[in-house]
Amino acid sequence: MTYSAVEIWAIIAMLGLGTYLIRFSFLGLIGNRPMPPIVLKLLRYTPVAVLPGMVAPLVLWPAATGGEPDLARGVAALAAFAVGLATRSTIWAMAGGAVALYTMLFALG
Amino acid sequence: MAGSTTKSAYWRGLRNGIPFIIVLAPFALLFGVVATEAGLTLAQTMGFNVLVIAGSAQFAAVALMQDNAPLFAVLTTALAVNLRMAMYSAALVPHFGAAPLWQRAIAAYMNVDQTYAMAIIEYDRRPQMGTAEKLAYFFGVSTPLIPTWYGLALVGVLIGESIPPAFALDFALPIAFISMIAPSLKTLAHLAAALTSVVVALLLTGLPWGTGLLIAAVCAMTAGVTVETLNERRA
Repeated sequence: MTYSAVEIWAIIAMLGLGTYLIRFSFLGLIGNRPMPPIVLKLLRYTPVAVLPGMVAPLVLWPAATGGEPDLARGVAALAAFAVGLATRSTIWAMAGGAVALYTMLFALG
Repeated sequence: MAGSTTKSAYWRGLRNGIPFIIVLAPFALLFGVVATEAGLTLAQTMGFNVLVIAGSAQFAAVALMQDNAPLFAVLTTALAVNLRMAMYSAALVPHFGAAPLWQRAIAAYMNVDQTYAMAIIEYDRRPQMGTAEKLAYFFGVSTPLIPTWYGLALVGVLIGESIPPAFALDFALPIAFISMIAPSLKTLAHLAAALTSVVVALLLTGLPWGTGLLIAAVCAMTAGVTVETLNERRA
């Protein structure tokens, strides 16, 4: 990370302000004008639309191995995904991913 | 009697919020560890937890900052992750709209995934609740959760520095993201959105940071809504 302390604090402050304004938006306006249904529908998909695209390159080309695909990390990612799908639980998914990662790292030496 | 029903609504909220400590604690801890690993100071990490107070957006911001992405890319991506909260805000208006502005302003700060979800379920179950009771319930749910979010992140920062590199903590971040996404892939539409996001983001990795991901996100949202609409028509 090569940001200056001022830049980092600027990111934190602007993210904080922006996030607060998003949360306050409708509560602050009271107007109680309903949003168009299409907008509500689109908003519902934002996390699932942003996060997978962000995580895919991190899994395929991990920074820790200099961008080379890594078997242990790939298996751990798959394990976390499979456990998350099967159990519908974030905590179990994280546990599954961690167990797979350490098992693989240990097995591959 | 208004006072006593408001009080009991607050305590009911607090009791309902307590189990969610178990869900939030590992996330908060992990954020402390990951942020420290990425090079943020203790104050900066806590700044994130207190001012932004949004798990997945915080992880997203730190992931981009590790890649030295331009500031605008960090901000747009992390805020895009939080856009869903505009929907929460809109959904709470019928319940809190009559409350004074300062109370709505405080509620907005605590308007996160867990508090929103719990509150909406409760209001649906007890439609006879008044505005004061509803707000009391909301603040009750928030009471155990907000300190957990701050406190466990602090623990994460403190222990994160003592964890050796052999533990491959670099990969805690991707695992955390995957663990957040996988359980939410409940419908074909969500699955379509996630898949579109991955494919388009990977195809556009050549573009400067942020742009490829934002295009992927727009395509993915469109894919999600399209599949949902097609499903509704068929039903």
